[in-house]
Amino acid sequence: MSALAADVIIVGGGIMGASSAFFLRKRGMSVILLERGLIGQQASGVNFGNVRRMGRPVEQLPLSNRSREIWLKFKELFGEDAELLLNGQMRVGFTPEHEERMAKYAQEAKDFGLGMQMMGGKALRERFPWLGPEITSGCYAPYEGHANPRLAAPIIGRAAVREGAQVFENTEIVNVEKDGEGFRVNAADGRTFRAPVALITAGAWGNLISTSFGEPVPMIAKAPQMCVTEPVPYAIGPTTGALSDDPDQGVYFRQVARGNIVIGGGGRELADIENRRAYVNPRRTMIKLKNAPRVMPAFKHLHIIRVWSGIEGYMDDSRPIMGPSARVPGLYYAFGFSGEGFQLGPGVGEVMAELIHTGMTTTPIEPYHIRRFTNLAANAA
Amino acid sequence: MAEPRVIIVGAGPAGVRCAETLVSAGLRPTVVDENRRDGGQIYRRQPANFTRPYAKLYGTEAHRAQALHETFDALRSRLDYLPNTLAWNISDHKLHVVHEERSRALPYDALVICSGATDRLMPVKGWHYAGTYSMGASQIALKAQACAIGRQVVFMGTGPLLYLVASQYVKAGATVAAVLDTSPFMRRVAALPKLLARPAVLFNGLALVAGLKRAGVKVLTGITPIEIKGSPESGVQGVVFHDARGNTHTLECDAVAMGYHLRPETQLADLARCAFRFDQETRQWLPQVGEDGRTSVPGVYLAGDGMRVLGADAAEVGGQLAALALLTDLGRKVPEGELKGLRAQQAQMERFRQGLAQAFPWPAQQAAQLPDDAIVCRCEAITAGELRRVVCDMGAQEANRAKALSRVGMGRCQGRYCGHAGAEVIAHAAGVPVEQVGRLRGQAPVKPLSMAVREETE
Repeated sequence: MSALAADVIIVGGGIMGASSAFFLRKRGMSVILLERGLIGQQASGVNFGNVRRMGRPVEQLPLSNRSREIWLKFKELFGEDAELLLNGQMRVGFTPEHEERMAKYAQEAKDFGLGMQMMGGKALRERFPWLGPEITSGCYAPYEGHANPRLAAPIIGRAAVREGAQVFENTEIVNVEKDGEGFRVNAADGRTFRAPVALITAGAWGNLISTSFGEPVPMIAKAPQMCVTEPVPYAIGPTTGALSDDPDQGVYFRQVARGNIVIGGGGRELADIENRRAYVNPRRTMIKLKNAPRVMPAFKHLHIIRVWSGIEGYMDDSRPIMGPSARVPGLYYAFGFSGEGFQLGPGVGEVMAELIHTGMTTTPIEPYHIRRFTNLAANAA
Repeated sequence: MAEPRVIIVGAGPAGVRCAETLVSAGLRPTVVDENRRDGGQIYRRQPANFTRPYAKLYGTEAHRAQALHETFDALRSRLDYLPNTLAWNISDHKLHVVHEERSRALPYDALVICSGATDRLMPVKGWHYAGTYSMGASQIALKAQACAIGRQVVFMGTGPLLYLVASQYVKAGATVAAVLDTSPFMRRVAALPKLLARPAVLFNGLALVAGLKRAGVKVLTGITPIEIKGSPESGVQGVVFHDARGNTHTLECDAVAMGYHLRPETQLADLARCAFRFDQETRQWLPQVGEDGRTSVPGVYLAGDGMRVLGADAAEVGGQLAALALLTDLGRKVPEGELKGLRAQQAQMERFRQGLAQAFPWPAQQAAQLPDDAIVCRCEAITAGELRRVVCDMGAQEANRAKALSRVGMGRCQGRYCGHAGAEVIAHAAGVPVEQVGRLRGQAPVKPLSMAVREETE
């Protein structure tokens, strides 16, 4: 069988891989995108759908801002609407310590254009009368929003195809090998793909490939726990999240334009990456039922109609792996976004395309270089 | 060793007979049931203070209904009965149940799922108008509350329930505008040898049809539903259909009862992670069961119509078989002769089931012919055209992918009512066999879960 060849092979068709394919094509490079299942089927398709910057580490805000610029012209660029709704984002707290945390962040991130406003409980309830009486403070960021994860990555994938990317779905790969100057990717069905550059955007499975190149990273696969209510008249506005002292007790929610309210939080479960299955623990659904009405008492009148989960890769330092390999020329990584990748997706694609095409990027991504874990490889060896 | 903890879900014919057998063997099972009283859908007991006699409520099946109710009444002190309780999730050998806004996790060593069946529905243009009911709902209205769904009711679809419920409506004094059966008459003739496996049941069925005709009800076979006419303000106003020769007719009515036989309620089996297989004969995915109701998951058993639609009598047999399988797996001795006898009865029921499937086939071709503006998924109001668009323009040829991109099956019913027809629409649009479309993954909760529910702390 003859090998299919391109300038770049991308392994993993989530929002990172699809966006990278799109922007590499925009730069005129030929692209093969390999996806084991369907585009955007794993973490990219089942996450909460936040398109937010607030709450991210300050070091990440330039990348997040770059991504925001792409989100703002999503339809124009990718040809279809991903139900982007920019009605702001709000974090609310119940204690003085929560208020302190929010105020500290608002101060640290004040130069990044988020427009954050600290508000007291009374002012919050005047503006958002559905908020519960226990809330004492909040931080409102008016420009943030959310989109539909089920639609976004597939739209970007189709746009990449229209731009000329060769996308192979349902293509299980056996391995990625360094082959002379370039890379060879062997598929389970016997096909081989070749390119001088390989970009690994394999999400929770990314470290399997980085490990095969001698670069193991400390990542575990976790399953976020989502649920959704029946549709009710649109009334909420901002995506809202409550601070908590125990991460398992956090809760956040967003109302989509057609009325359903998507609720996340309540901690995460471990996921089975081998069988590619992730389940919802009923206990975590119960935690949400307990905590969501503290933020919005009217939740008590609604019903959960469905729960779901997915598989996300979490780094032990919560920072993604993004940038060139520390060992193998021509090899690049963008995975391990630790549950925060959806908003970054289009920006990561543009940055990786820029990096691969020009050898550098104007966006600071140094904290995400895989070399921070080289001691792991040394210990393993 | 402590007594094994056994939970039975459902107090219909399968659940009650399963409980009876387990109690006889000295176990104390827990029976969880969504209804307020035992009997299931078929032998649903009327609310307290309603006084209709058995013969009136259950017709030819009155003695069976009464026997089942009396059996359960007699068992009450020897089992733990949780009525009005929804089994909403399963995880890690625990059944999660909710009762009066309290959720509890009940640990089990063995679980027998007797979840019964609901109507199998095929969309038709206009089926979202108020006044369109499933066959089962039409019957529940009558059985539980002595209400008819309308003044002029058309019964449309196929399957034995079509004739049974229409007859019950006639008896109750409602006006049945017509009985419109999509199955061609000749299919019934061809199925006769298999239907003769249960001559008495066959005779009852024929008597129902004859009774309807005697009462002056128009009964047509081999019809094709075209549209339910109506408006958002006044609901259903009529039914348009083609007769067996292809001529178009319009019938005035203010309500339509629809159903195409039944489909097993398989969400709990799915949440218990049981394996499924595609059943070519009825074109649907069913839990994979071995002998006597054993699933692919050790300790999880299925019985009754929730496993495979064999009807109430077979459910009573199936409940006993599942109980005996469970007892065998616990290392108890079970009477060989009884087991053999039950299996022989079940084989006869299975032959009859095949006859029914042959006589009243699922009209898959109707899904292919649905006009683009007909709604497929009523919960989310998604049309056939929108579903076809994600198949043809976005390459979504698999059920869950098509759901993700179109929302078909994403609403309150989670595809219980639109899933089968949706799969047929996808298969036809994609030009692939329907089994290749796969099945919608079941997610909790089994039914919508109130957010006022709190976890019970012991």
